[in-house]
Amino acid sequence: MTTHPSEKKSRFDPEPMPRRDFLGLAALGSMAAAFALSIFGMLKLPKAAVSASPAKKFNVALPDTLPEGEAFVPPGRNVAVFRDAEGVFAISTVCTHLGCIVKTSSAGFDCPCHGSGFQKDGTVRKGPAPKAATLAESLKKRGVAHDRRGSER
Amino acid sequence: MAADGYSALHEFWLNLRAIPNHVYRAMFRGGPPKTDRTRSSFIFGNVFLHLHSVRTHLWSLRWSTTMGLGIMTTAAFLITLVTGILLMFYYKPYPDVAYQSIKDIHFIVPTGRFMRNIHRWAANVMVVAVILHMARAFYTASYRKPEEFNWFIGWGLLVTTLGLSFTGYLLPWDQLAYWAITIGANIAQSPREITDALGITAWADIGGFQREILLGSDKVGEEALIRFYLLHVMILPLALVMLMAVHFWRIRKDGGLAKPANADELVAEEAKEFYPVFTDVPTKTYHLAAIVKGKTAAVGSGPEHTVPSMPHLFYAELGVLMLTTLICVGLAFVSDAPLKELANPLVPENPAKAPWYFLGLQEIVSFSAFMGGIGIPMLCVIGLGLIPFLDREKEGTGSWFGGPGGWKLVKWSIVVGFAASIGVEAFAIHFGWLREWFPEIPQLFITFINPGTVLTAIYAAYSIWAVRRYNSTRAGALALFTCFLCGFIVLTVIGTYFRGPNWDFFWSPSDWGGH
Ligand code: FES
Repeated sequence: MTTHPSEKKSRFDPEPMPRRDFLGLAALGSMAAAFALSIFGMLKLPKAAVSASPAKKFNVALPDTLPEGEAFVPPGRNVAVFRDAEGVFAISTVCTHLGCIVKTSSAGFDCPCHGSGFQKDGTVRKGPAPKAATLAESLKKRGVAHDRRGSER
Repeated sequence: MAADGYSALHEFWLNLRAIPNHVYRAMFRGGPPKTDRTRSSFIFGNVFLHLHSVRTHLWSLRWSTTMGLGIMTTAAFLITLVTGILLMFYYKPYPDVAYQSIKDIHFIVPTGRFMRNIHRWAANVMVVAVILHMARAFYTASYRKPEEFNWFIGWGLLVTTLGLSFTGYLLPWDQLAYWAITIGANIAQSPREITDALGITAWADIGGFQREILLGSDKVGEEALIRFYLLHVMILPLALVMLMAVHFWRIRKDGGLAKPANADELVAEEAKEFYPVFTDVPTKTYHLAAIVKGKTAAVGSGPEHTVPSMPHLFYAELGVLMLTTLICVGLAFVSDAPLKELANPLVPENPAKAPWYFLGLQEIVSFSAFMGGIGIPMLCVIGLGLIPFLDREKEGTGSWFGGPGGWKLVKWSIVVGFAASIGVEAFAIHFGWLREWFPEIPQLFITFINPGTVLTAIYAAYSIWAVRRYNSTRAGALALFTCFLCGFIVLTVIGTYFRGPNWDFFWSPSDWGGH
């Protein structure tokens, strides 16, 4: 760019940036932007929008003769189902410590991995488990679990 | 037109006959390495050998300097690499098929079982060697300036090695694998122990995020297996190879292995046996050296106490390589790699045990998932990485235990390290812990005050005492490192031999009974 000699420069006018500097900066800037964007894109890669896991809903057939307060573990499921006066409820048998599967015992549930113990209602009795086993109270609330003999959900 | 009156056809025949000789000449450009000079150029002109310096100081060749542990680790890695690639021909990374393919390798593929055994044993040798190598580097203070960065790289190598071992453990998809990955992934999720207790999981679920990235799903299944497979055969080996390249290269650039200040005097007797060096005038000069700042291997010291790396160093290295191979193959003959039943998400192994080098971890994880699985290991790993920056003393570099008095301190630290860990464990096993005494106690107390954290605090207190008592940060480092090594041994032994079903304490596995 050429300036006409008659044009006076004010002292507030910035020095024009040499073209090479400008191009260099632009190149650097676009490279940084490309890097940032691609890293951002790659970071999203390991987390799919829908996770590939089996359905969590299933039907359970309670044995007719299940006594009150006795745990029933449907074959192939990590859940213990109980019947009491109010209806049917379920407790997850996945240990809240590190995910082993607890076994029913006289005191409630015992975990084989690091010795956590839970009461029948899921509260921690001993060991490192940080919180109570999840109790699926919704079964009671939703009313689907009423005594329909055989096909509780 | 062929030269010298030969017909072109005849010359072609002669060329054909000379091929082996010419190929040999093309490969070994300097001729057979017979003089010091040709031996040097043998290393100089070879991309693989170039990682070595041309000459090696006699001190570095001493058995007691390194005990060959670094080379042993490398050798074990090479063996796992070769056998691992062979196993990849038959292994299929998909649940069910994975298990079957391991069975095939074990029972059907010719020498498959042998390869798998070697792979497994070499991996074990690698873990042992890398830990011992780190201990060697620590006790000879080889992390001092200018080798701080290389200590850092070595630290990365340790972590990568453990990562490789863990990811490999999962691939057979048997019971062992399935429950190890379950527990591993839930350890990654264990920051929830804290966020749940604070009630902020809904906003900052770091644990859940980590677990999901690891498993690619909220269940341990095919996604998880493929992720671990990829980590095991691609990502981690690549990282390891790159770190190794830097690690070896830095040894050269930092002026060879760490040496005591008077190393030259110490090897003076041996040096007499070697005749003078560089009898030929070098044809190569080192222009670039002029612009490199700082101390490199050759600057400021004559070649007096060095010998050509070829053959002296190479033969030693080859010896260690052969020895390592022998150990791995020998072990592979007598002991098969385990394979349990097919993974069963409904019934965990009882007890479900991690690979042996993680059983110490599992022991403290059985007190608190977060502190045992993430908190304390993080502290150890960060502490290890920072050693060169926390201990900046100069004395004793390159000699065992930092010179006179060091061994005495280490001996006492061994006593303290063993006593404290055995004491704390015995107490917790005999009297139980907070939850048994106060069933209502909030989880945060259990997370932060458990046998594992108590042990860590005792070790920290002892090493601070050592810093003050000897007025030296090196003393504190020696105390702390030794204590943690002892604690690691005690916890590993307890986890391996004295824990049975329900992670209860048993004097012997024969007392486990039916379960
Ligand atoms: S997984 Fe249940 S106690 Fe650890």
